[in-house]
Amino acid sequence: MKIQQLSLFLENKPGCLLEPCRLLAEDGINIRALTLADTREFGILRLIVSDSRRAAALFTERGYVVNVTEVLAIEVPDRPGGLVHLLETIGNSEINIEYMYAFPSVRSEKAVLLFRFSDPDAAMARLQAAGISVVESVEIVGPGGRG
Amino acid sequence: MTVPREARSVEYNPVSAPDYTPVPLLRQLQLERLQMVVRRAYDRVPPLRERMQAGGVTPDLVRSLEDVAAFPFTGKADLRDNYPYGLFASPMEEVVRLHASSGTTGKPIVVAYTQQDLDVWTNAMVRTLASCGLHKGDIVQNAYGYGLFTGGLGLHYGAEGLGATVIPISGGNTDRQIMVMKDFGVTAVCSTPSYFLHLIERAGELGIDMRELPLRVGVFGAEPWSESMRRHIESRSRVRACDIYGLSEITGPGVASECVFQCGLHVFEDHFYPEIVDPSTGRILPEGEEGELVLTTLSKRAMPILRYRTRDITAFVPGPCACGRTLRRIRRITRRSDDMFIIRGVNVFPSQVETALLAVEGTVPHYVIVLTREKGLDQMEVQVEVTPEVFSDKIGALESLQAKLVHALDQVLGVKVRVRLVEPRGIQRSEGKAKRLIDRRNLAD
Repeated sequence: MKIQQLSLFLENKPGCLLEPCRLLAEDGINIRALTLADTREFGILRLIVSDSRRAAALFTERGYVVNVTEVLAIEVPDRPGGLVHLLETIGNSEINIEYMYAFPSVRSEKAVLLFRFSDPDAAMARLQAAGISVVESVEIVGPGGRG
Repeated sequence: MTVPREARSVEYNPVSAPDYTPVPLLRQLQLERLQMVVRRAYDRVPPLRERMQAGGVTPDLVRSLEDVAAFPFTGKADLRDNYPYGLFASPMEEVVRLHASSGTTGKPIVVAYTQQDLDVWTNAMVRTLASCGLHKGDIVQNAYGYGLFTGGLGLHYGAEGLGATVIPISGGNTDRQIMVMKDFGVTAVCSTPSYFLHLIERAGELGIDMRELPLRVGVFGAEPWSESMRRHIESRSRVRACDIYGLSEITGPGVASECVFQCGLHVFEDHFYPEIVDPSTGRILPEGEEGELVLTTLSKRAMPILRYRTRDITAFVPGPCACGRTLRRIRRITRRSDDMFIIRGVNVFPSQVETALLAVEGTVPHYVIVLTREKGLDQMEVQVEVTPEVFSDKIGALESLQAKLVHALDQVLGVKVRVRLVEPRGIQRSEGKAKRLIDRRNLAD
């Protein structure tokens, strides 16, 4: 299942993370997962939130540059080697992992990994064929979210 | 008056008749007006008389147009030194309007108009708009600021004089501008080119494609802009983007304007006498050579200005224009002699930076140049806004954009510069003239 991820361009300076997070908080939007990719001068804040459409509108209105991309959420067993099988499945193909990040699952003994693949459809087909579970949007952002 | 055959092939508007005055007649008219204006300045404006006396010249020395070269220049400092009314040639009873230019340092400069001056200005503006292809029936959204700035009222009376429908919306309130543009069926917009770019961007955010609106002409001026910026504007809207030129010291907008052929700006020579001089020596340059534009008002009564140093760099465009106008053309002004800065021994104009940025695909020209001095060495940083078009969720893509920009700047300028990608909110939006250069070198050590 593809999940909507928001990316925000931020200048790398003290306090720059506060305002976008505060905007979400004031509007009652929950952050389910996030990662910050940084360089010396700028960064990209990537977010999975409970209502991505509303959050994107909120950010755009405040003058942020926002980009919505689809990422795949994949569950792996939370134990040594849990990731290896997945990587092997993807590894012997032309599909590239652009970036990834992880967060603990709402269910026990599982970890959820978020992947940005160069070809998400091909990746999804390959993973499903190998019996690796791709997580439904509702499990990440909750029932109230519109992903 | 006879109209050349070529002129009939394009939209000919009778208000443009003076633009086609046969050259000998035009020169004779200019000479008569020049003699009058020099005489008026000498008789009625003590600082100008003293200046002429110091230079050993008197009004009777003007026997040909070339004789103007013997007369002293006027600079912005002269207007500031005589603030507010020191250069007026008419008593206040005859002055019906005052305007003032934005003073970047200290006091502004004040300019005055008699009723006749306003009529001349309006006439020049009517001809400016006709030259850009506007006519009766056009719905003109005037987004130049109304007020002390000459842009708003200049365009306003010009468009009314032409018989077009004017929407005096003034600058600012971008969302309302877009609503009006769409709902009122606006066919022409007057604004600074950078503000129009801002309107295009904002319209896009609101889901409005300007190419689908009945907009057909953009009348852009009040700041230098490049040919690449014109292409950018014309591809993102359907307007024919015309460049107009003017300055408050001389009258306001209406000094020169492009025609529909967009190949140089015709100077309304019956009212303004242009010269091109070497900015360092002040000597008149041979026809076609690039230098500083110097202007003399030929019809001004309240405030005659002799040989005003505009600081704008241009050149006369040789030969006749396809439109058939006999008015000489000047090249589009993309830089000013005082915009230029020197970085590590290399002369740089902000317009060159713009050209480089636009050469990189997808970069729209919102940028600012910051100069600093670090350990005695000058550093130039170009801050470029990241736009939704170029933004990616991948660091690598942004880094390669940055590298491409550095390379393009290096190619154009021949000097290594830093490029910093900034948030759109990082650079202040101009609703008037865009500020492109921040020089912090005096503050650093």
